[in-house]
Amino acid sequence: MKTAISRRDVMCRGVLGAAGLVLADRMGTVPGGSVKAAGLGEGSTRANAKAKSVIQIWLWGGPSHLDTFDPKPAAGYDYCGQLDKPIPTNIDGIMVGELLPLLAKQADKYSIIRSMTHGVNAHETAAYMVQTGRPPGGRDVYPCVGAVVSLFKGYNAGYKGLIPPYVVLTQPQGRFSEAGFLGGRYKPFATGGDPAQARFAVEGVVAQGITDERQKDRRTLLHKLDTLGRTMKDDQSLQAFQEAEDGAYELILGDGGKVFDLTQETNELRDSYGRTTFGQACLVARRLVERGVPYVTINYNGWDTHKQHFQTMRRKLPEMDRGMATLLQDLTERGLLDSTIVWWSGEFGRTPKVQWEPPWSGGRGHYGRVFSAVVAGGGFKGGRVVGASDEKGEDVKDRPVYPCDLIASMYELLGIDPDGKLPHPQGLDVRVTPAVAEGVTSGGRLKEIM
Amino acid sequence: MKKAWLAATVVLLAVPMIAQPVGAAKKAAPKAKANNQAPKRAPSAFVEPAPHHVAGSPYEGAAPAAPGGPLDRLVFGKLEELGLGPANLCSDGVFVRRAYLDTIGTLPTAQEVRTFLVDQNPNKRRILIDRLLAREEFADYWAMKWSDLLRVKSEFPINLWPNAVQAYHRWIRTCLKENLPYDKFVREMLTASGSNFRVPQVNFYRAVQSREPSALAQAAALTFMGVRPEAWPKEKWSEMAVFFSQVSYKSTLEWKEEIVMFDPNHAAQPARGVADPQRPAAVLPDGTKIQLAPDQDPRVVFADWLIDAKNPWFARNIVNRIWSWLLGRGIIHEPDDIRPDNPPSDPKLLAYLEREFVASQYDLKRIYRLILTSQTYQLSSMPKTDDPRASVHFAFYPVRRLEAEVLIDALCQITGTTEQYSSPIPEPFTFIPEDARSIALADASITSSFLENFGRSPRDTGREAERNNRPTAAQRLHLLNSSHIQRKIEQSGKLQYLLQGKGQPRDVIDDLYLTILSRFPTQEELKVVAALFQSAGTNRRGAAVDLVWALINSAEFLHRH
Repeated sequence: MKTAISRRDVMCRGVLGAAGLVLADRMGTVPGGSVKAAGLGEGSTRANAKAKSVIQIWLWGGPSHLDTFDPKPAAGYDYCGQLDKPIPTNIDGIMVGELLPLLAKQADKYSIIRSMTHGVNAHETAAYMVQTGRPPGGRDVYPCVGAVVSLFKGYNAGYKGLIPPYVVLTQPQGRFSEAGFLGGRYKPFATGGDPAQARFAVEGVVAQGITDERQKDRRTLLHKLDTLGRTMKDDQSLQAFQEAEDGAYELILGDGGKVFDLTQETNELRDSYGRTTFGQACLVARRLVERGVPYVTINYNGWDTHKQHFQTMRRKLPEMDRGMATLLQDLTERGLLDSTIVWWSGEFGRTPKVQWEPPWSGGRGHYGRVFSAVVAGGGFKGGRVVGASDEKGEDVKDRPVYPCDLIASMYELLGIDPDGKLPHPQGLDVRVTPAVAEGVTSGGRLKEIM
Repeated sequence: MKKAWLAATVVLLAVPMIAQPVGAAKKAAPKAKANNQAPKRAPSAFVEPAPHHVAGSPYEGAAPAAPGGPLDRLVFGKLEELGLGPANLCSDGVFVRRAYLDTIGTLPTAQEVRTFLVDQNPNKRRILIDRLLAREEFADYWAMKWSDLLRVKSEFPINLWPNAVQAYHRWIRTCLKENLPYDKFVREMLTASGSNFRVPQVNFYRAVQSREPSALAQAAALTFMGVRPEAWPKEKWSEMAVFFSQVSYKSTLEWKEEIVMFDPNHAAQPARGVADPQRPAAVLPDGTKIQLAPDQDPRVVFADWLIDAKNPWFARNIVNRIWSWLLGRGIIHEPDDIRPDNPPSDPKLLAYLEREFVASQYDLKRIYRLILTSQTYQLSSMPKTDDPRASVHFAFYPVRRLEAEVLIDALCQITGTTEQYSSPIPEPFTFIPEDARSIALADASITSSFLENFGRSPRDTGREAERNNRPTAAQRLHLLNSSHIQRKIEQSGKLQYLLQGKGQPRDVIDDLYLTILSRFPTQEELKVVAALFQSAGTNRRGAAVDLVWALINSAEFLHRH
């Protein structure tokens, strides 16, 4: 455990400088040789696709399926602890965990997949599987969904925003969920900062403690002291440098960065999202998709509950309930849910049987054999349940759904051909999603809710 | 009051800006402090210019450039032939900064700059180059460059593995530090057999995306001949590949250890030397057919042909590359795309460098010295003409953005801060000591969003163009406005010390300029800075932070010029 935590800390350390990696290539050409195919793979994007954007709510650590969207009150105290009173939703016959009262009122908007499975119980490997649809190992590191979407729906596909097409709120998820062989330009832009603070200090865009006035004064000073630039007005490299600066200031002082300014929203709305990092991140996510950003990940930490599981659930689930329920409501009211997929998932679920014994003393371990995921919007039907786990939530009982099935379904709704090709640096023939012939197990796309 | 100012000026000029400027400032401390607090001091007194604050361009010397040796005579002669005038010689301030950045990838400290500027020795530029070539950072910086070309990284698509990366990088660095003759350096790599951990140079054959003989031949040709076999007729390429068709790999019981070796039975070569319609014969790139004996390692045959003094590619490739590394453009350009229809801009110049290199027994540092001490290298970056041929014929020094690693090292040096690097995947985890320089990083797989943002080479193909020094908005965002840079400036103990220094404001400003731009401020700049501090009132710290920020974000700091 200790190793796992420190390793994750280590992975996050690189974040500090992550100012708009993708933005880098919006302004010019691809760096020589690193990504051979600057354009699309053979698979192309359908223009009239239902879904335009994805908001991925990623529960790092793995949320308990029993305590959220797949309650098993009949399994008894050994499995449920005191969280054994699931509540009905606004859809007959669908029950959810008792700590999700607001989401219970939104069940018509989402579908619950209760038969997700991949069988892997290690964080990194499972995270890789859930976000790439592929088993780990082998020579190639595959891109995660966000990188693929930013390839097919980003700058290559006519997206023109200043904000990079793949944004992570607020810290990146680490190397097992990145751009893989697609290379650096498809990596996410991690905002850093905290949207629940008075000022959301987005890395590079909003500087903590520096007012707009001082920003302007600084820029003036910079130009006054730019002796070399003034001496060499005609130099082409220095001109390119100046253009890059102009682009940067569009985000810092122009309208480009205002998408992160939550004071433009009403206090009532901000309150209903919850004044927490997660709640306000949901609000930022809505603002981003509203401006056409195709992929937003909310990287939601703290679900690796080996110990103090139930205390953590009582603290975190209400926060999640408020933020996610308000997000679904808000997207609906703005007519955005039809074009926005909301995807809730962790890398796995948690052991259905509570580990009451020390040292866990009421914890749940990693569990990849069966777990839940939730999808809403963008063409996914609401008010449905896909598949089922057995009576204690320990195994798939009905209709297994593998990560590649869910991913392929999202791609289909986004107009990305799951059978198309990804550009590979060595020109290898790589499909957008793996074929059964590649040895990947599949339960088929989620036709029942599409 | 006036006396205190005078005293300080005397200290500044007499202790003449050398050695311990901080000590000098300390001595004057009590008086200076009283001075700082004087509310009625006239604004002009705040930064009264001293003789070392020039009024005009801080970039050029007055002297017109004149040829200093055979190299210069070739370049200047060509320019004259074309009717193009060379730029003026660069100023000492520009030279010291340029020489440090180009030779050792490292910014000079304020003290190093002062020492150089006050040195009256007419040969001081030459002496500086000799000192720099002997520095440890020379090996660090050029091992970084060679690791780009040799694709030193542990992960996809090269997959050397961390231990092999460390071993290989250390070997490369040692060769450069000891100035191993270049022909030996190359021959070692091309002919080595053994364990990737214990005979590091065998990693040449592992640091490739494909281990097909044609891919190995391509790597050798690109790296050591500066040519691209994929543009050749297919037959020629596969004939060269025969020399690499008996490289064989086998694993051992040690995790990820791999033996690279010559295997006579490998690649099923029935009756080599005998005409086989299925397999091409071994033919060297110059067209020479070779009869290979069955037990002869063909790599040795190829290597010995390559490093021969008469080989038309070997010396040409490396001297042209070094020229392009130091002067921003190859005599043949791009330097790794040598072909008959891409001729040198100045064949005589290239031939001269080749001759010097061969005659020196392949002494790399000699070529560095030859170029760095030339007047051609010391031209300013202000062209006298807008004729496009001026850059092709080296009539001025081209402005280029600092490489990612050099830039972050410079920022760390200025602020006295460090960066943390680690690589948690693949195992064994790599942790880099916190005081390590970024130019000394062995592995391109070390995760660093800063280095990626600023175009570090991914080291996937070994092509020079993989390193990307093009400026982008994302880079500007990072330097202008990220918490990373903001923290470096605001929490820098070193700058704090300078800013809270008890010296005269002018000394502090001098120190900042020397630290960041490696020169004294001009009189015009002093005026701007005076106005800044004036309007800041009591918030001198804020003004000083803004000044540092502006200097760090200036085109001058971010480019070699």
